[in-house]
Amino acid sequence: MKTRNLSYDDGTHFWGRIWMWGMGVLLLAFPAAICLYYNAWPEAGGFLKGLLAIAPMFWVVGTIEVITYVPMLGAGGSYLGFITGNLTNLKVPCTITALNKVGAKPGTPEGEVVGTIAVAISSIVTTLIIIIGVLLIAPLTPILDSPTLKPAFDQILPALFGGLGVALIGQNLKVAIAPIASMVILFVCVPSLAPSGAIFVPVAAIIAIAVARLMYKKGWLK
Amino acid sequence: MNHEFNVNSPFMFTIVAIIIAMVIAQSFFFLIRAWKQAKKLGIDTAKLKSVVKSSAIFTIVPAISILIGVIALSKKLGLPLPWLRLSVIGALTYETAAAGAAANAVGTSIGDTATLLTASQFTTIAWVMTLGIMAGVIITPIISRKLLGGVDKLEKRDKRWGEILMSALFMGMISAFLGMIFGKVGTGLVGWIPVFVMLASMVIMLVCAVLIKKLKLKWVEDYALPISMIGAMALAIPISNAVNAYIA
Repeated sequence: MKTRNLSYDDGTHFWGRIWMWGMGVLLLAFPAAICLYYNAWPEAGGFLKGLLAIAPMFWVVGTIEVITYVPMLGAGGSYLGFITGNLTNLKVPCTITALNKVGAKPGTPEGEVVGTIAVAISSIVTTLIIIIGVLLIAPLTPILDSPTLKPAFDQILPALFGGLGVALIGQNLKVAIAPIASMVILFVCVPSLAPSGAIFVPVAAIIAIAVARLMYKKGWLK
Repeated sequence: MNHEFNVNSPFMFTIVAIIIAMVIAQSFFFLIRAWKQAKKLGIDTAKLKSVVKSSAIFTIVPAISILIGVIALSKKLGLPLPWLRLSVIGALTYETAAAGAAANAVGTSIGDTATLLTASQFTTIAWVMTLGIMAGVIITPIISRKLLGGVDKLEKRDKRWGEILMSALFMGMISAFLGMIFGKVGTGLVGWIPVFVMLASMVIMLVCAVLIKKLKLKWVEDYALPISMIGAMALAIPISNAVNAYIA
């Protein structure tokens, strides 16, 4: 086989593209199959209106996610993570934790495999939990839907990012101050921006990188 | 012939099951490749097992929150579509918004569970939700190699700066998400609930860090993030109740 001569990284990109585009086609096959099977076609007006309402924003955020998360997850982690999804609330924190745990840096050969393993395990566990949930939906719905638990699940992101924030900020406090201060000020002063907050990830990253560069040049970051 | 449409039809369950089986296959494909490569790099099996354990443990609670999203959407859309959308690419935050926008566009709403969707409304929603999240699938294969190559080159030129740059990227991400938590503080005390929950999570994480450092409790390392997340979520219940009681 030809691929036998490929290095691990080359192979990851080769197989990653095949899997990713293959899965992309499969995903489009779902709505297509329903249309054919039921001979029911989308309403043109509703389709355009719905797509215009979400696609511009989702595509911008999606592109930002690729640029931000690919260096963190590594090649294998990205080819898998961008298929299995739930990156911000699951795959990315999971990978960061795994890398920290074994002391591997993203971008190194060790970081690459650890990132891939973390994303793969997280994807498998998530998929299985959802399968179990779908099978047991009748007995589970009253528990998961209960008003008592609602405030807990409503606050899952603050609960996740608080702890993760401490873990990340602790590694490099000096670099963290400027972007955090600017983002908190931004969202307190212009709350209407908060729902589309993901768009500000690159803004915060540029602030963080610029300030870090300045401090590095001044010799403040050893 | 025309098949009678039903949002929970066995036909749709079958297709979704096939696609999800493929996703699991892809996960194992990458897992096994990475595992073999890790052995080749001489990484300790114990280290790899600890990655597996901590990743699996961390995943449980966020996965349950995704399941809650599936349940919420299934009341209007049936199970197969939300199941697929949230198991493959989808993220909780996107899919709820996408389904809402698509439902509005065909003249109904996700909350209106009394009226059944027609087949045509359903296919419209399914297409909008699918096309809406395809960005990553198309862009990742095109740019990731170049992107990673660029990062690599930079790290080779100046190793220390490369590390700082990666760290700054992480800080950028976390800052934007921490900042968003403050987005509702202008609306009064209720808007502070997410901030209180975030602070609770931070305090628990700091306590874990102290336990790991001072008491040398190594096992806490595996659980620090899940503990702070679940602890803060549990505290969110009395915090929300207290805030609501104070206002009323």
